Amino acid sequence: MAERIYFRIVGSRIRSQLAYPASFALDVVAQFFGQGIELVVILVVFTQVSTLGGFSAAEVVLIYGLAATAFGLADLSVGQVEELPTYIRTGEFDVMLLRPLGTLAQLLSADVALKRVGRVAAGLGVLGWSLATLDLEWTPARVVLAVTAPVVGAVVLAAMWVAANAVSFWLVDGREVANSVTYGSNFSTSYPITIYGPWLRRMMCYVVPGAFVAYFPALALLGRPDPLGLPEALQWSSPLVAAIAVTGARLVWRTGVRHYQGTGS
Amino acid sequence: MLAPYPQLMVAGYRRYASYRQATLAGLATNVVFGLLRAAVLAAVVTQRGTVAGYDLPASITYVWLGQGLITVVMLWGDQELARRVRTGDVVIDLGRPWDLQAAMLATDLGRAGHAVALRLLPPAAFGALLFPFRWPERPTTWVLFAASVGLAVVVSFGIRFLLNASAFWLLDVRGVIAVWGVVGGVLSGLVLPLAWFPAWAQAVLRWTPFPALFQSPIDVFTERGDAVGVLATQLVWAVLLLLAGRTVLARGAGRLVVQGG
Repeated sequence: MAERIYFRIVGSRIRSQLAYPASFALDVVAQFFGQGIELVVILVVFTQVSTLGGFSAAEVVLIYGLAATAFGLADLSVGQVEELPTYIRTGEFDVMLLRPLGTLAQLLSADVALKRVGRVAAGLGVLGWSLATLDLEWTPARVVLAVTAPVVGAVVLAAMWVAANAVSFWLVDGREVANSVTYGSNFSTSYPITIYGPWLRRMMCYVVPGAFVAYFPALALLGRPDPLGLPEALQWSSPLVAAIAVTGARLVWRTGVRHYQGTGS
Repeated sequence: MLAPYPQLMVAGYRRYASYRQATLAGLATNVVFGLLRAAVLAAVVTQRGTVAGYDLPASITYVWLGQGLITVVMLWGDQELARRVRTGDVVIDLGRPWDLQAAMLATDLGRAGHAVALRLLPPAAFGALLFPFRWPERPTTWVLFAASVGLAVVVSFGIRFLLNASAFWLLDVRGVIAVWGVVGGVLSGLVLPLAWFPAWAQAVLRWTPFPALFQSPIDVFTERGDAVGVLATQLVWAVLLLLAGRTVLARGAGRLVVQGG
């Protein structure tokens, strides 16, 4: 029952954006290049060096392709969560609490920025090109991994963002703190974690699980062991991490909603 | 009576000084990104010792100054004039006994002053304390750096003013601002040192105002190249952009139609 309502809400949001095709097309193109410029940065870096953190240009581009597709998918589906501070400030969140639907689902469907398909397209383009040109040894397991990795990565990112944005229930303007997780994850997951110092690396493996978005799946696809000697099992454990992350994010969100007391004006 | 401009500058400063939590949150973001960006640059530089004249301390300094300068120069997020054009409020601004561009510049300089104290110094100090840092060798560099940051703010204001003024023709400047948001950081030398770019790209960028935003002040601080020449180039761009802004504003105001009501 409730699902049908969400489908109708999301459908109406999408139709409203397609009402101005030219403006929509421009937005999509801007998103496409917004994601693509990160690739330009990586390519410029590789005009100066031949490997980065022990990985070749083609291998880093694979990591980037996985990360960018996952980011695009996550941004498309839960990107709206960064508007939470606005909803809290204006008191609209109180309205959501009154409706007989989940708060998070209402927030996410309040506006669906369809233009973000531009990001997904850029990511998929790079990923497809990378998979086709890298001489990979294809096994059934790797095929499944290549198809599911961007989606699983998107789930990990989405859980991270929901948890990070829930800080707005405690902080008056938590947007910037949450942004450092959202956009920071876009940047940090695009590179092999070997370039980060031990402290940042542990953080990305065990606290904010960014390493499972692109780095570990890429190692599994490339069939190479982790240069830092982390167990091979980690390379295939992104779905498990995604499940844990989702559970954690749910818990944080629920606690946040319970804690929420309104802005009071 | 005093001219309104110094007072507007103070008002610009105060406006930002009143959001302490937002300042702290913004600082946290700058620091997180600084750590990530420093890791990438360090990974590049440690492989070869120096890349296009950047050794490890120079690259680290480059990253942390850049992170600090983001809010000072204010690359993104200024849509005030465009909003006022769209709503029609700009009519009130044009009717006031001031020079609109000068008034906006004064406010922006006040804003930048606040950002220097609270958004530039802390990340720079963070980077300087925890990482190898390249301090200026000549005392005069500090003065030149301050001037260069000031000029960078004026150049950035000039660019933002022109982008916003396009609202007189376009009404909705989202597309224009989005494109600038995508390319601005790369073209101005915020993301990577411009010296790492291919020679042709460097040759093209030399003829644009973009390096004046980040690459110039950072070059002055790290004493790359001739500081006076860098400042002179920034000054030329600042003047050209302000003049272009005046012309565009005059033209735009001429075709402004405000719906009555």
